[in-house]
Amino acid sequence: MSSPVELEPGGAMAPPEAVLEGAKHIEGRSLGQIAWTRLKRDKVALTGGFIIIFLVIVAIFAPFIVSVLGHPPDEFHQELIDPDLQVPTAPLGGVSWDFLFGLEPVNGRDLFSRILYGSQISLLIAFLATIISVFIGTIMGVVAGYFGGATDAFISRLMDIFLAFPLLVFALALVGVIPESAFGLSGDSLRIAVIVFIIGFFNWPYIGRIVRGQTLSLREREFIDASRSLGARASYILRKDLLPNLIAPILVYATLLIPSNILFEAALSYLGVGVQAPRATWGGMLADAAKWYQIDPWFMLPPGLAIFVTVLAFNLFGDGLRDALDPRSR
Amino acid sequence: MSQPSPSPSSPAGPPSGSSADGTPAENAPAEKRSRRRREAPPSTGLDGIGGLGAAAPDTFLSVRDLRVHFPTDDGVVKSVDGISFDLARGKTLGIVGESGSGKSVTSMSIMGLHKPGTVTMTGSIRLGSEELIGAGSETVRELRGKRMAMIFQDPLSAMHPFYTVGHQIVEAYKMHNDVSTSVAKKHAVEMLDRVGIPQASSRVDDYPHQFSGGMRQRAMIAMALSCDPDLLIADEPTTALDVTVQAQILDLIRDLQSEFNSAVIIITHDLGVVAELSDDIMVMYAGRAVEYATAADVFERPEHPYTWGLLSSMPRLDRARTDRLRPIPGSPPSLINVPSGCPFHPRCAYADRTGGLSQSQRPPLDEKAPGHYAACHLTPEQRTEIWENDIRPTL
Repeated sequence: MSSPVELEPGGAMAPPEAVLEGAKHIEGRSLGQIAWTRLKRDKVALTGGFIIIFLVIVAIFAPFIVSVLGHPPDEFHQELIDPDLQVPTAPLGGVSWDFLFGLEPVNGRDLFSRILYGSQISLLIAFLATIISVFIGTIMGVVAGYFGGATDAFISRLMDIFLAFPLLVFALALVGVIPESAFGLSGDSLRIAVIVFIIGFFNWPYIGRIVRGQTLSLREREFIDASRSLGARASYILRKDLLPNLIAPILVYATLLIPSNILFEAALSYLGVGVQAPRATWGGMLADAAKWYQIDPWFMLPPGLAIFVTVLAFNLFGDGLRDALDPRSR
Repeated sequence: MSQPSPSPSSPAGPPSGSSADGTPAENAPAEKRSRRRREAPPSTGLDGIGGLGAAAPDTFLSVRDLRVHFPTDDGVVKSVDGISFDLARGKTLGIVGESGSGKSVTSMSIMGLHKPGTVTMTGSIRLGSEELIGAGSETVRELRGKRMAMIFQDPLSAMHPFYTVGHQIVEAYKMHNDVSTSVAKKHAVEMLDRVGIPQASSRVDDYPHQFSGGMRQRAMIAMALSCDPDLLIADEPTTALDVTVQAQILDLIRDLQSEFNSAVIIITHDLGVVAELSDDIMVMYAGRAVEYATAADVFERPEHPYTWGLLSSMPRLDRARTDRLRPIPGSPPSLINVPSGCPFHPRCAYADRTGGLSQSQRPPLDEKAPGHYAACHLTPEQRTEIWENDIRPTL
């Protein structure tokens, strides 16, 4: 029906030459570059970021580091334990060049290597659970915000239900009844999978709400109308028009969700329903230490500090990232 | 190079002009843009308020008794309440009115851009042979971009800030054409070149914020025309641009229209813009058409007091500096509580001359002169007298 267009370069319109003259190219900066410049000025956030990178590297290379600086995490050193008191004979929980963070009571396992191996569990669960939350929350939020109406009402009520869910109680119950093997997984990997699922699946409403709110304001922007006026499908608008504008809040919230997931995993382990012994977890070590605090308070320090430093680093970095990406939010 | 426009199914009325017998002569390029398309008026009678007869045979877009109502908590907002118009290929319709008169809502309705569920639309919008009201959203989506496209007021906010200008044209082109990215990119460069972007092959990779306002609007036009739509709606295309650029953009729209032989709707509150471009003008007030005629008729023999007011409030260089502009008193009515009778009567200086009709009865859009429709209760003698004695000398 439509006529084929004959495009002759420079057809009827002469290009406005005036625009050409004196056109000096000014280097544009992307949002990412601007944010990076701001982030570089924020020393606190930068410190948090370096600690995070350090922790991730340590977790990944834990076996190698332990083989150089420590002892295997399951190796007993009962010869260094006072047989009567069940605590290390040496002062300060047995801290020495051989055992950097000291020894565990009763069995005398190397705390340094257990902290390192524990960081693997903590970070793995926190990252995976955050990915699940962000994934579900982003899809739900953007769909609810863009389509509105009944879809929005349904998803928003679903969020309310999830937020009202007694998560800790549910986690305790569910983790408590995990079978030896299911879904082709068994033992520790099954427990990790279940914990990741619980934390991730119940935390999505927080990010879902943020994404929904942002989408609500974005969808009224004219470029969405323009996109629709050119025949874009809803799925195209969601993926290509809305999502790029949502990356900043999603990134910030993900960074702030990780520490809370670390804390939740530690809480589960502390309560004894996390990843099971003999595998080392920070929460589990803290629970063990609680039994010994009157005799050997040192034992509490390494896992407590590990959790504290990690959570603080993520929070500081997340706050800095938010300020860098959206300076008005301060 | 182009094919005859599809004729609507009801060939009522005598052929208007020489070309309406369905021969390719219809595509006489726009150098012969007759300003008197309806010199032979539609033969069928008017169906009352807001009604025109059956569409003329060369009509491409035909709107009949379009009503767009938004139910809200405060009541039904009757943004568009029964408007009708026809538009042929190669022709331009100017829709003029104050803010809130329903101009943009009309264009959004034609494009099918209202959010479903928030709006009730009745009447008829025929694009070629397709009825748009009641059509599935997927059907209308297919038409958007391919057969009808839109230019927005502010090109900066209408372009996606994340993507390069070229990328956005490529995406628009690929949406409706099954071509590779490199072919679409070539097309994008050609389109940018066509709308007068210098060094199109390098500017194609620039972001919208790296373009000046006028260039952005050019790029927006390139994007809208990338799939060669038959209908182009320009919603205040020059409002966000400075005056020197406005004329360039209007020229561009006119050049492209004659090249693409598309139907164009210009929506504006600026009478200067429509005077420049339009073949026909529809003046809207409170969701209704109050005057609908050729551009020449509207400017030379306006029939409606609201149009008189618009003309009087337009600054003119050739007027003595001592004269003050005469704005229309008051402000547009709420579209929830439209005044009884003629919606313009509270602001109309001549409403008391109709013997109470203006206050009680809604005036139909009647043919006051051949092809010249207006909705007013004043008698022809009264209108002639007021126009000749009160209005015309002050313009």
